[in-house]
Amino acid sequence: MGGPEVEALIALLAKLPGLGPRSARRAALRLLQDPEGRMVALAAALEAARRAVHPCSRCGNLDSRDPCAICADPARDGSVLCVVESVSDLWALERSGVHRGRYHVLGGLLSPLGGLRPEDLSLAPLLARIAEGGVAEVIVALAATVDGAATGHWLSDRLRPFGVAVTRLAHGVPVGGSLEILDDGTLATALRARRPL
Amino acid sequence: MTAHFPSRPVPGAPEVAAGPLLRRLSIRQFRNYADLLWEPAGRLVVISGANGTGKTNLLEAVSLLTPGRGLRAARTETLARTPDPTQGPAPPGTAWAVAGRFSAGDGSFDIATGAPTEGVSARRILWLDGAKPPSQTELAARLAVLWLTPQMDRLFSGSPGGRRRFFDRLVWTLEPAHARAIAGAEAATARRNRLLAEGGADPGWLGGLEAELARHAVAATAARQTVLQRLAAATPANSPFPAARVTLRCPIAERLRSAPALAVEDWLRESLASARREDARAGATGLGAHRADMTLADAETGRGAELSSTGQQKALLLGLILAHAALVTAERGAPPLLLLDEPAVHLDRSHRDALFAALRGYPGQALLTGVEREAFAPLAGAASALRIAAGALAPDPAFPGPEPRWRL
Repeated sequence: MGGPEVEALIALLAKLPGLGPRSARRAALRLLQDPEGRMVALAAALEAARRAVHPCSRCGNLDSRDPCAICADPARDGSVLCVVESVSDLWALERSGVHRGRYHVLGGLLSPLGGLRPEDLSLAPLLARIAEGGVAEVIVALAATVDGAATGHWLSDRLRPFGVAVTRLAHGVPVGGSLEILDDGTLATALRARRPL
Repeated sequence: MTAHFPSRPVPGAPEVAAGPLLRRLSIRQFRNYADLLWEPAGRLVVISGANGTGKTNLLEAVSLLTPGRGLRAARTETLARTPDPTQGPAPPGTAWAVAGRFSAGDGSFDIATGAPTEGVSARRILWLDGAKPPSQTELAARLAVLWLTPQMDRLFSGSPGGRRRFFDRLVWTLEPAHARAIAGAEAATARRNRLLAEGGADPGWLGGLEAELARHAVAATAARQTVLQRLAAATPANSPFPAARVTLRCPIAERLRSAPALAVEDWLRESLASARREDARAGATGLGAHRADMTLADAETGRGAELSSTGQQKALLLGLILAHAALVTAERGAPPLLLLDEPAVHLDRSHRDALFAALRGYPGQALLTGVEREAFAPLAGAASALRIAAGALAPDPAFPGPEPRWRL
């Protein structure tokens, strides 16, 4: 249907997150129906992004500048570093607008079954930034999964010699949640993460 | 069992009971079913047929509409239909699907499952109302299913793993988050075992996994303990089935009886850290929710189930399942769906009568299967009856009693 070029386009689009074969076909059709207006612009944008965007040498964010806009922004609080698993987590936190410090992208979570080990994560640049001084707190913002929690524990172990405060995102009672409907595990986690009023 | 569910007069048996009722079941390329669409119209359904015709497969299909591995604990890649069983299992990646529509007090909902696309991983996928549910807990909270199969006749002489799975399902239907705790404890244990087997692991990494293992294992054990206590309190004194006393045998449970959960977590984490060398040698983690065992005994005589006859074990199990169903009904406000495969086998006359009396008064839905339709004669008039042959269902006009309610 449409020749090998169309099939190749659909196959490439279908590999993108959030696009299955059906939505990839719709996207391809939309592009093909307006080659000048959409396709050329998209191809140019892809090529420009490929040339210009690189991981930030300080935090691992993707940006056309190095250091990235967040690392270069003097209004950001450099004493608070937020460690995230991936750039998509960094962007999610940025969208929330809550964190005004800087970031560090770890590049994955430790996973004995997935084959990801400490040497595969971006730890050395993080330790170097902290060794430079000026960092007072590291917020570990990793997934609330077994691998996320184990990685957070491992990271806090590695950061201990630097004497910085290591915190993690709170888990527990959801906003608007009632205690009586929570399971024991969530309640215990919430109790552990209690804060002074 | 009339003490559990008040019997209603047969002619007035309710067409629609409170709680989820399976209204439509669609099965494609699953076990011996090529394509089946069935609309059970009754609360009690009896399906009879010869051996190997697909009775248990039908119940298994329904059991897979809840998280877990279903009533046979089968691996997903073994579930696809094999056109010719003599040629071995279906090739990897063969698609299959099961979908159920349930009516509940406040409307209806759809649950579907399957391995839908060729080439994808062997993990089955579950959908709730056409979309991926936010969590398995969400699914478990929507639909509770309990089952009894002939394989469970050996539950108390078999491995502790089988007993844990059985009891965990009981816990799960009352505490839907239990599934997450069990999965978390298993995931942390598997990762710790791998790191210990490889040797030279970062102690901080191992410590993180042990902290997670302890957190999930204590939550799972606390849920098991709480549900067993509630179950003991809910078992009626005048039941025709022997009252079962379930005991959880596990060092975590022992400590939880006298210490707060957070202190038990600390103890478990420290114990795991000091047992690393020993566990590495053994190739397994020696402490955790995965090492628990449960024993079942006749509460009156104290005789362990493993020492009882097959019929006595079956009566104990049935009593436990019916007591649990009553507890679920009381606590969740909706009765669980019961899947009873050959429930009358091994039971003496009085227990069979008690079972059918309990089912007549059961406020939820029950699907029953058996080789001989005559075994279900006491349900005549209250149940719709179907015959099954080679993966196809047909109404059973020979079922004793008035015209059954059925629709195909």
